Order: sequence, then structure tokens, then C-alpha cells
Amino acid sequence: MAKRDIPEINAGSMADIAFLLLIFFLVATTMDVDTGITRLLPPMPEQEEEKEQVDVKERNVLVVLINKDDQLMVEGQIMDLASLKETTIEFFSNPNDETHLPEKEMETIEFPPGQTARFSDGMAQIRVSKGVVSLQNDRSTTYGKYLQVQNELVAAINELRNQFAIQNFGRKYDDLNPLNKIDEGIINGINKVYKMNISEAEPKNIGGVR
Amino acid sequence: MPKFIKKKEAGIKAINTASLPDIVFMLLFFFMVVTVLRETEVQVSVALPSASQVKKLEKKSLVSYVYIGRPIRQLQALYGIEPIIQLNDKLISEEGIPSESIKDFILFEREKLDEADKNKMTVSLRIDQNIPMGKVTDVKQALRMANALKINYSAKKIYEKLNR
Repeated sequence: MAKRDIPEINAGSMADIAFLLLIFFLVATTMDVDTGITRLLPPMPEQEEEKEQVDVKERNVLVVLINKDDQLMVEGQIMDLASLKETTIEFFSNPNDETHLPEKEMETIEFPPGQTARFSDGMAQIRVSKGVVSLQNDRSTTYGKYLQVQNELVAAINELRNQFAIQNFGRKYDDLNPLNKIDEGIINGINKVYKMNISEAEPKNIGGVR
Repeated sequence: MPKFIKKKEAGIKAINTASLPDIVFMLLFFFMVVTVLRETEVQVSVALPSASQVKKLEKKSLVSYVYIGRPIRQLQALYGIEPIIQLNDKLISEEGIPSESIKDFILFEREKLDEADKNKMTVSLRIDQNIPMGKVTDVKQALRMANALKINYSAKKIYEKLNR
């Protein structure tokens, strides 16, 4: 076969084309990941049926109010946001079993067996707090303040869970991987020891005047 | 002096740009892979609040967005400056409690998901931090009525101060 000269393709414009595409994707890209505080809303109560209120002892409730001027009141006292976390931690842990802080109830909680000496058989008898945080806000409270308060409450519970995880499993709660079978068991167990008990009052003026 | 002149005469060799396309392609592929094309155009201005305990929202296909904020400046002539609600890409301009529109929206979004994922649907609330809670409560009640209970208060991540 005769040797034929294949003309070289001019690749000089290749960079230009690639640049064009690159700039398009640069502009179209959104890099931000959506982050936020996840919550589960309570289901809507059935009409008429579940009218009866659940009676909760006063000592088991931490009343958190936010008024229309974004001021915070906890258990009848004005408080600033910085001390809310501390108060909530004390409320849920009640380390000295004081009578004005919530009661505790013995519960059997399941953990993956063999993880720690304390619950080597997987069953743990733990005194779980019966405390509930009751969060109420005005219609004129700003959303930013409301979320800050929510954030402090979540922070308090996360800290308690962290403490428990370090004490018993030598690891932080945040470092447990929910995709791992054993870790998932530990997470589920800890979530039962320190429940995310934040209750929000039913809005009183549904469909009422603005 | 002649030395210098000589050097100048030799000229600067052209930089070899043969690898430039390769580099650019590499960048291009990176951006192509990480790109999530914008699906909705946000028509309300939302300054998200910040919080320290935020978690990443997994599985974007299961998430629907509810925005609450004031209309952006271009739309203020049309919608005024009062806070309004946007559901994914649709503005709802009606007055009062928008429970019907939200209910329809949730049903429509849920219909798009697989049977197995229907109860995993999450509603991300992207709400401006200066919006009064009244509006937010209305939306939350509407979501409860539509049985969309998994919600996410969208917030920016900040790190806790160490001197706490």
C-alpha cells in the first residue's frame, strides 16, 4: 500500500471549545448543599376524637416562650439565648434527682451486644427522663429567633447524647455511622435514652383574625 | 553589551500549549460531574438564618422546597412587598392561609415519587429570618393537614464559639 499522507487535524480550537463548555458548566453549577434542622411534625389530631389532653406533671415540662419582641422566657423567667442550652441540659439530665426537675423512669433499652462491659448482653436498664420541652411562640416572633431557640434545644440534646456515647462506647455520637449495622443500633438506643422531646403548642387562632 | 543583544536575538520560544486542552477538559469534566442543574428560580429573597446543629439533607430527589420571603425587586410591582410563599417554582399570590395550594402541591410532588419513597418525602422550608412566625405556622399547619410531616428548617452552618 502506498504511504499516504494523513493531514494533521488542527487541534488549536479544541481548547476554545473546551473553555466554552467549561464556562457554561461553571455558570450553571450550584455548589451549595442544603443543610438544616430536621424535624418531624406531629400528625393532625382527629376531629373530636382525641380532644382529651395528656396530663403531664408540671415538673416534667420546661416551658419556653418567645414573645413578639423576640424575648425569651423559660419557666417564668426572662432568659437570654446563651443560657438556654445549659438550662435544657440540666432539665433533661437532672443529675441530683431534684424535685423541681423531671422524674425519671426505669426503661429497658436494647443495644448491640458486646460493645461495652456495662451492657454486655445488649439489654440496659437506664433511668430515662420524662421531661418535655414545650415551645410556644407569638405570631409576630421572627423566624430567625425561633430557629435559634430550636437550635439551642437540639444542641442541648445532642450534647447529652454525645456525653452518653463517650461514657459508654468511647465514641462521639456525631461520629457514629448510621449505615453501619452496629452503629445504627447504638444510635437507636441512645435516641431512646435522650429523646428529642420538643412539643410545640397547637396554634390557637387557626383561621382567626390576623 | 554584545552578549545581551545576542540573547535577545535568540528570541523567546513559544510556550507549548499542547497540554492546555487536556487541563481544560479535566476541569470541564470535574464541573460536569458535580453540576446539579438549577431547577427552580427563586422569586423571593430569602436570607437564611444560621444554626450550629444543622445536618446535610440527603437525597435531593425526595426533597420539595417551600420558600417564604419578600418578592425580589423585579417582582415587587406585581406582588407587593408583603411576604409570599413559593412552592418549588410556583409563586402563590392568594391572600390568607394557603392550605389548599400547599395540599395540592404536596399531593402532586408525592405522586412523582416511587411507591417505596413516598413516606420518606421531605419538605425543606427555606424561610427568610425576618419573616414573622404566623406565616410559618400557617404553612406548618397546612403541611400537617397534607400529612407531609418530615420537614427541614433550612439554615446555614455556623460553628459554635469556643468560649461557650
